[in-house]
Amino acid sequence: MMAGDRDQNDRATQVPLSEDSPHSGREEKGATGYPLAGVPLSGSSPHGGREGEAPRALPVEGATQVPLIAFKGVTKIYGMGNATVAALRGIDLCIDEGEFVAIMGPSGSGKSTCMNILGCLDTPTAGTYMFRDVDVGMLTRNQRALLRRHYQGFIFQGYNLLSRTSALENVELPLLYRGAGAHERRERAMEALETVGLKGWESHTPGELSGGQQQRVAIARAIVTNPAVLLADEPTGNLDTARSREIMDVLTGLNRDEGITIVMITHEQDMAVYAKRQVHFRDGKVESDELNGGKV
Amino acid sequence: MLWNTILLSLREIKRNVMRSFLTILGIVIGVGAVITMVTIGGGATQQVRQQIASMGSNMLMISPGKRLGPGQSAGNVPFKEADVEAIVREVSSIAAVAPVSSQSIQAVLGNQNWTTQVTGSNNQYFYVTNRTIATGRQFSESELRAGAAVCIIGETIRKKLFGAQDVLGEKIRLQKLSCEVIGLLGEKGQNTMGMDQDDIVVVPLRTLQRRVTGNQEIGMIQVSVQQGASTDKAKQDITKLMRERRHLAPSDDDNFHVMDMKEISTMLTGTTQLLTALLSAVAAVSLLVGGIGIMNIMLVSVTERTREIGVRLAIGALEREVLMQFLVEAVVLSSLGGLIGIILALAASVWLAGFLRVPFVFNGPIVFIAFLFSALVGVIFGYFPALKAARLDPIEALRHE
Repeated sequence: MMAGDRDQNDRATQVPLSEDSPHSGREEKGATGYPLAGVPLSGSSPHGGREGEAPRALPVEGATQVPLIAFKGVTKIYGMGNATVAALRGIDLCIDEGEFVAIMGPSGSGKSTCMNILGCLDTPTAGTYMFRDVDVGMLTRNQRALLRRHYQGFIFQGYNLLSRTSALENVELPLLYRGAGAHERRERAMEALETVGLKGWESHTPGELSGGQQQRVAIARAIVTNPAVLLADEPTGNLDTARSREIMDVLTGLNRDEGITIVMITHEQDMAVYAKRQVHFRDGKVESDELNGGKV
Repeated sequence: MLWNTILLSLREIKRNVMRSFLTILGIVIGVGAVITMVTIGGGATQQVRQQIASMGSNMLMISPGKRLGPGQSAGNVPFKEADVEAIVREVSSIAAVAPVSSQSIQAVLGNQNWTTQVTGSNNQYFYVTNRTIATGRQFSESELRAGAAVCIIGETIRKKLFGAQDVLGEKIRLQKLSCEVIGLLGEKGQNTMGMDQDDIVVVPLRTLQRRVTGNQEIGMIQVSVQQGASTDKAKQDITKLMRERRHLAPSDDDNFHVMDMKEISTMLTGTTQLLTALLSAVAAVSLLVGGIGIMNIMLVSVTERTREIGVRLAIGALEREVLMQFLVEAVVLSSLGGLIGIILALAASVWLAGFLRVPFVFNGPIVFIAFLFSALVGVIFGYFPALKAARLDPIEALRHE
């Protein structure tokens, strides 16, 4: 932890895994104001490079640079020898900054595996995953951890908050790993809690909060580091419809007002319509990929 | 960050007060027992040293036979009075020489009786053994020479036989010998081996030899070396002299032994220290057991908190940060156990020292070492569970129920 920054100087030097300036990024983030100002853009293949390939949504307006996430032929095979199971069979997928993508599909379609790879928790067996020009497959476990720490926020179906720990402390946790000072941690955590509408609930422990509130704490925890992308794994899976809508409103608001890219797994069509784009998986392949006409 | 980790682990410990307490109980007992043993042992050793010092540090004891231990000897040829005179004459650095012969005899006064140690010696005995005459007088020259029926008694004899009665001029009976009490020794208390040094009747050597033991033998010679003179030199001189007097060939071993206080001190404190070391070693085993207890609970904790570890890894905790978290938690736990152990041990030591009548000697280094050791136990036994936590696959960990 003390030497946390050292890793960034290893082979990931080109990987812009340095801390983005707190908060300021969020306001500036627009067409060009990426938090990773120093990303080497040359040599990257922007959208044009993949024309004629898998169905892909149009880039969001203004996003002319390198996509945030680019899957190219991503394959994941579990097991060895004859007992292999292919969870992903060559996924091509591009997600740009500012998008709100819902990944849908029946169980076993590979959407969870896809999410694990997106979140750098797993690496593809074949194919490449470029996260802002960085080939995630080439990173070490620690470098992937740093990438998660600095650029990704996670929301889980089961909230996964630390029990008997106050909402504030839960939200502060990622900042702790980023080495933020006590004052900054508190300030940013309070701000994140306010964003998700939990002002005044800071000192409550998960046990004292409803499911919807817990999920909102989890969202606050995910956005407190000002991530480039928010990865949500069935965020409304444990909630009733009213609570689910609240969560979706929060997510939609974050995407619209803060410009945070969101990738969400869901199997509920009701929730998927909140996204700007829906990607359907089936048998480890992208079945359909289309923009939502309606709700944004 | 380290400070944060410590705070986090303290929070974790607080979340499970009961379990944390049970976890560290082994360490508490281990550290507590070790410190108590060492402290009490140290007190006992110091007491022995003090008592030996009160006997006079420049005393030499010459006993017949090869060295086995105090009062123990084998194949001994007893000394004669001529040996004592020779020492006085030949060894220049000697301040006083006291021949000592003792026998256990029942002392009787009226209808009271008390079995005691009757010692035959001379007036130098009081000087050599660092004793004073509280009331009365020493033996006169003529009494010593003639073996008169006079005695000087210790405080215990006075209590047992006389009670509140005045002792001087009274006659007590030692076997067939009726002897007049001419003095009372100043109180001295127990000696290093727990023997009552006031349970004594001193008579002139000749009185004992002629009227009690019926021989000319001297059991032991106690010598006081002059202040500032070397006891080693005196020891060598005496050894040389006694070898001559006993007609020992150069190839023969000494059939007597000259012991100085350093040696006696080493021997007696050695016993105490050995005992202390043994007891502490037994106590230290419980530290080991305590460590295993910590490992056990940490492993349970890692399993229990698998999801939490998954979350931490998912939000970007590095392997070594998770490792550090659990390691610090184990170390904080065991150090806490060490601290509680130290406090309990000090309280127990103060109480036990009072109970066992040994001085309480605060042993800083052992407290420090015990604390370090308890922390070390945390590191050693916390490492494996911590490694297990750090090596968890975040996907598996997040899926864990």
